[in-house]
Amino acid sequence: MQNIKESNFSEITMQAIFFLSALISVLAVLAICLFLFMRGIPAIAEIGAIDFIFNEKWGPTNTPASYGILSMIVGSIYVTAGAIVIGVPIGLLCAIFLVEFCPSSVYKIVKPAVNLLAGIPSIIYGFFGMEAIVPFVRENMGGNGYSIMSASIILGIMILPTVISISESSIRAVPESYAEGSYGLGATKEETVFKVVVPAAKSGILTSIILGIGRAIGETMAVVMVAGNSVMPLDKIKILKPIRTLTTNIVTEMSYASGLHESALISTGVVLFVFIIILNASLSSIKSKAQRN
Amino acid sequence: MDRTLDNLKQRKIKSQIFKSFVWFCGILTVGILVYILLFILLKGVPKINMEFLFGEYNSETLSAFSSIITTVQMIVLSLLISVPIGVFCAIYLAEYSKRGNKPVKVIRLAIDTLAGIPSIVYGLFGMIFFVNILGFRASVLSGVCTISIMILPVIISSSEEAIKSVPDTYREGSLGLGATRLRTVFRIVLPTAMPGILAGIILAIGRIVGETAALIFTSGTNVLKYPSLDLFASQRTLAIHMYMLASEGLPHSRDMAFATGAILILVVFFINYSTTKLAGRIGRMQND
Repeated sequence: MQNIKESNFSEITMQAIFFLSALISVLAVLAICLFLFMRGIPAIAEIGAIDFIFNEKWGPTNTPASYGILSMIVGSIYVTAGAIVIGVPIGLLCAIFLVEFCPSSVYKIVKPAVNLLAGIPSIIYGFFGMEAIVPFVRENMGGNGYSIMSASIILGIMILPTVISISESSIRAVPESYAEGSYGLGATKEETVFKVVVPAAKSGILTSIILGIGRAIGETMAVVMVAGNSVMPLDKIKILKPIRTLTTNIVTEMSYASGLHESALISTGVVLFVFIIILNASLSSIKSKAQRN
Repeated sequence: MDRTLDNLKQRKIKSQIFKSFVWFCGILTVGILVYILLFILLKGVPKINMEFLFGEYNSETLSAFSSIITTVQMIVLSLLISVPIGVFCAIYLAEYSKRGNKPVKVIRLAIDTLAGIPSIVYGLFGMIFFVNILGFRASVLSGVCTISIMILPVIISSSEEAIKSVPDTYREGSLGLGATRLRTVFRIVLPTAMPGILAGIILAIGRIVGETAALIFTSGTNVLKYPSLDLFASQRTLAIHMYMLASEGLPHSRDMAFATGAILILVVFFINYSTTKLAGRIGRMQND
């Protein structure tokens, strides 16, 4: 009898502990939001929200100082778009290759390769970019190599594993009967894949692209090593010229910033965080739409 | 008749072109990986020497010894914090929660959000909260706290998946023999799910080893001559060591950045190999 009571007690305590552990994630998210906004919002208010977001002049050490991050927002959008242009077609085709075309002996090489790409730290990508991509761009395309182009190439490679593995599983999930129907109508294998199977997997493919955007827009170290990091006036932004993004703005200046300058860098993080929240929200709306269908 | 034949020929050619594109992209992906790995390893491995691995840090050796020790220390401490929390959370989600109730939805949303936050934002949060508000200053401790939150979603999702893959018959058997729910979880479910949980832990180790942006303002970039386990000292990990060497831009430090990169890649190899092995075991279990 005592034994049962005791085990009842421990059952209830442990259940409470499990629940509390689960709550820690919620607490962590709340704390991150709270402290980022607590430090970031007052600075945005002091600078002026419009001035902060729509001014292209960033000169925290000038007199008078100016804190406009428009150029970096545009920079982030440029390198992310570049990454998508490079990474999505290659990744999607590679996913199609893995599911539909690749013999199982080749699969055993390509699939682990994709997993390995996902495991390589961003510092390695950045260093590789600095030592291989930057000189390549300098010699073959012009400019000094530290550019939107180099950043896009590196980010394009970095989002490959995300795009490939999620597209792969969503293409795999398309029911066999779709393809059979298409074959029955006389379509070739390639026509079936591109006109029937891939369109049927589009919500999963879209998810993979959004996750790729999230990875590219938030990437810091790989970008800081290849992008050159100069703040460019909007009309001087060129694909072979250096660029500064939201993330690299934080990393390049945080070590010597103080006062309003430091807060403005945290506010830059807040803007980035808002971008990420928007991406997450669109992800969950895709998910719930797909579930309803 | 002629037209349909022509049409068919055209379609065949188009199909061939598509097919070669698809093959090209598959090969390209492998090619990129091989190129990156060889690029770093061929230049890095010959530069690795005993001085670099185990020597005192100075401008001559640029030794990675103390950053290696700090990296290991950081791995151990952050796992000590986040593995229990993560596994318990996974137990709650997989075994105790009712599907679709409010707290579960909120918890899942939080985990998804944590997984999507970029490491630089974790770094900023760590700097504001642990470094400044809690007064840990730039130290290994601040780094550990920040990293522990960052790896939580990795551990939770792989543990949850592993727990869910344990066949229900196992639970029923244990409950039928009169074991309590808790006993079933600890004696039957967790041991069976262990390979999957371990795979998640190893993935988390991979993230810690490669992390830079979240640590640069929390544990800092400082380097000591000899390894030290002082929690309150600012010390760099291996990845930050590589970043600092790479951004110095001198030929010697560049060589040593290659060497550090080679070490990191070897660690990633090992991590990848072990997770694949463990995942294979889980797959077999499900097929049984």
